[in-house]
Amino acid sequence: MKCYIGIDLGSTTTKAVIVDEGGEALGHGITNSRSNYDTASKVAKMEAVISTRLTLFRQRLKCTPELKDDTSQLLTELERCFRLELFLEQLEELHRACANNAGTVSTVDDRDALREALEEIFQSLAQKLESLFAPGVARKSNFFRDLAGSAYMQASEEVAKQTGLSFDALLNVYDKSIIQVESRPPSANLDEKFLAALDRVTEETGFDRERVRKPVQDALKEDIEECYTVGTGYGRVRLPFPKEHIRSEILCHGLGAHLMYPGTRTVLDIGGQDTKGIQVDDTGIVANFQMNDRCAAGCGRYLGYIADEMNMGLHELGPMAMKSTRTVRINSTCTVFAGAELRDRLALGEKREDIIAGLHRAIVLRAMSIISRSGGVSNEFTFTGGVAKNEAAVKELRKLVVENYGDVTINIDPDSIYTGALGAAEFARRSGTQASLATGGNPS
Amino acid sequence: MSKESEVVKESSMLMQKEMIADNYEALTSTAESGRKVASTFVPGNLNELIMCFGMLNNLPEINAIQNGMRKKSGAMIMDAERNGHSEDVCTYVKADIGQMSKGNIAPNGKPMPAPDLLLLSYTGCFTFMKWFELLRHEHGCETVMLQVPYTGDGVITDNMRSYVIKQLKEEVIPAMERVSGVKFDIDRLRENLRRSAEAEDNLVWVLESAKNVRSPIDAYFGGVYYIGPIFTAFRGTREAIDYYRVLRGEIEQRIEQQLGPVTPEDDMEEERYRLVVEGPPNWTSFRDFWKMFYDEGAVVVASTYTKVGGVYDQGFRHDPDHPLESLAEYCLGCYTNRNLPNRVDMLVNYVNDFQADGLLVNSIKSCNSFSAGQLMMMQQVEKRSGKPAAFIETDLVDPRYFSAANVKNRLESYFQMIEQKRSRIEAA
Repeated sequence: MKCYIGIDLGSTTTKAVIVDEGGEALGHGITNSRSNYDTASKVAKMEAVISTRLTLFRQRLKCTPELKDDTSQLLTELERCFRLELFLEQLEELHRACANNAGTVSTVDDRDALREALEEIFQSLAQKLESLFAPGVARKSNFFRDLAGSAYMQASEEVAKQTGLSFDALLNVYDKSIIQVESRPPSANLDEKFLAALDRVTEETGFDRERVRKPVQDALKEDIEECYTVGTGYGRVRLPFPKEHIRSEILCHGLGAHLMYPGTRTVLDIGGQDTKGIQVDDTGIVANFQMNDRCAAGCGRYLGYIADEMNMGLHELGPMAMKSTRTVRINSTCTVFAGAELRDRLALGEKREDIIAGLHRAIVLRAMSIISRSGGVSNEFTFTGGVAKNEAAVKELRKLVVENYGDVTINIDPDSIYTGALGAAEFARRSGTQASLATGGNPS
Repeated sequence: MSKESEVVKESSMLMQKEMIADNYEALTSTAESGRKVASTFVPGNLNELIMCFGMLNNLPEINAIQNGMRKKSGAMIMDAERNGHSEDVCTYVKADIGQMSKGNIAPNGKPMPAPDLLLLSYTGCFTFMKWFELLRHEHGCETVMLQVPYTGDGVITDNMRSYVIKQLKEEVIPAMERVSGVKFDIDRLRENLRRSAEAEDNLVWVLESAKNVRSPIDAYFGGVYYIGPIFTAFRGTREAIDYYRVLRGEIEQRIEQQLGPVTPEDDMEEERYRLVVEGPPNWTSFRDFWKMFYDEGAVVVASTYTKVGGVYDQGFRHDPDHPLESLAEYCLGCYTNRNLPNRVDMLVNYVNDFQADGLLVNSIKSCNSFSAGQLMMMQQVEKRSGKPAAFIETDLVDPRYFSAANVKNRLESYFQMIEQKRSRIEAA
């Protein structure tokens, strides 16, 4: 089948979306951007291909009468086992890299002891991490680095204590290795992993192997033909394709928001290091836009910085702010100063949740100023980007929109992080089908 | 960025380069020549009058621009900040203050003499007043301020005109006589003004040539070179007449050969976007900034910055038959002295008359005088012309405020936005 791909290279994460010839979204993928955009775009694309395969499985399973009712459960299990397969492969790579890098650590005399310690660490890691993929277990993150990293820290701390080896040396080996593993493009052997995952699923759940295998294999046979790719986002110049395949993220966000909510007239996107206020017409064409200039205070990274200052996880900030009962005003327009204000308020005895709620309000106030510069909020208003997932930010935004612009429909899609990539995929589809019409054949 | 050796230079550019070098040479050899120096600003620059007294014209803004383009302004600004000038103060002022604290070396490497007269024509920029106060404090020389009423209602009244003329007669000319020891001769002024008008005719012809679709000039990046002589120490000189005659000849040839604008790298290839620009360019990354346009096929067909030293394209000419009246009219009409509705009218007319695809505002971070109101202006131009507009922020000569990645990102988005709108109109 003909597929069109949009890739959005963000400062924090890289996203990919795949659409079919009719513009229907088939799958999406996300990964951390690292400092290597090439790998990030490959990984995000691979993730989108995986998600597309799952969509295709779903379609096939739905058409198989005896499996129709079990489709959701089967897919959940299949994805879980597939993730485990993928994860174990990466863990193996990490293991190999660590073993190689153990020889380069200059601070340790006994290298054999270091290698032995690593063996021990990886044994416990495999067990521990496999349990993270057991049925029904909720994972904090799907990123390999997040999961493997924290488990490695824990295991190596214990091993260091037992063996008397330096913890720092073990950490050093990990740091070197994880970068190598992450910057290696993923192996493309997805089909094999899906089949291995299927074996696991049937073993664990008791589904009839042959009956399930047929629709999965049929779906795997379907060729995902990459006809045209469009890249967007800050890293877009790094994408390995020609200039015509690159679109500004403003246009992609505008179009993406229009596709998600056709009534959209104003889009607010708060990403890692930029905030965009975009006005679009009834076809998703951008009429005006404003972005933060020179300073990225009030973007996602601001919250990341505050989370670090408070020694909290980024995802804990929103829920904590929701507990707030009184308003604390944070005036600073600078991220670093906001950190100082935060400590000042803490010293004055303000509650953490009230201060954090104040910080969320400060972010949204900055965003409101950018929106008003772009022409204000018109009905409907679509909020996208990583910060749209933060309930406290959304709460403040709703309040300020009502105060300033009255009753306006506010759209927030749970997948809003893919808005830019979706717009890019649609641009790819339009360019791809046009090129196809022009040449009367296959544009790829 | 291309190297100096690869930069294409037309003969008009070489002529101008020589004129500027000669003026700096004259300025830095007053100890030998005994000539007096008047410092003044570009908007409201009374060069014809200054010439009547045999004085030389030194323009601190131009020095700041020269230092900006030669990548020297950054260190000068830091120097001024060390001496207590805030980060938010106009960077032309700080570059000038910094230049003084570094021995007041002119761009030709020789020490600049202290001015004998500070001639402040106040034309809409309140910072100019404070700047000259600082200079007066530094040099302790004679200072004269020409109060030019702001055209807040959008019209020049007889009252305003006679107020300026009165000051010219009673304040400015006597001060110049005192400083130079030369008696004012109105016929000499008439002669200078006649030469000005002749050069101005050709300048306007050059600027209007951008109405050709496939414009032979860039009226912003190229435009800042074209306005050079008229805006500075050469209005009213024979050299300026020659310069504009040669320039016009070059442009006529370009039109004949159907060539696009000159760029630092080569003639511009395809003309893909025609823009009107409001606001001065960034000087510290001038070439990089320009490249972001010509690489994308964007030509600026009209700009307001090229009108800050006189609105000749709106019909104004220096008039030898009404010498003092026309100097007054000139100061009152400068773009910087125009009110917001007047500026909006000019921009809308430019978008329409030059068949532009839209308006770009380059707002200057440290210029409080002119950044105020620019967003409102942009929205009005958008509404009245129906063409898309965009807004970027940079600075004059402070290299810290030019964020290339951000500016490029905004520009590319804007160009693609124009493209998208166009294809929608074509599809309809």
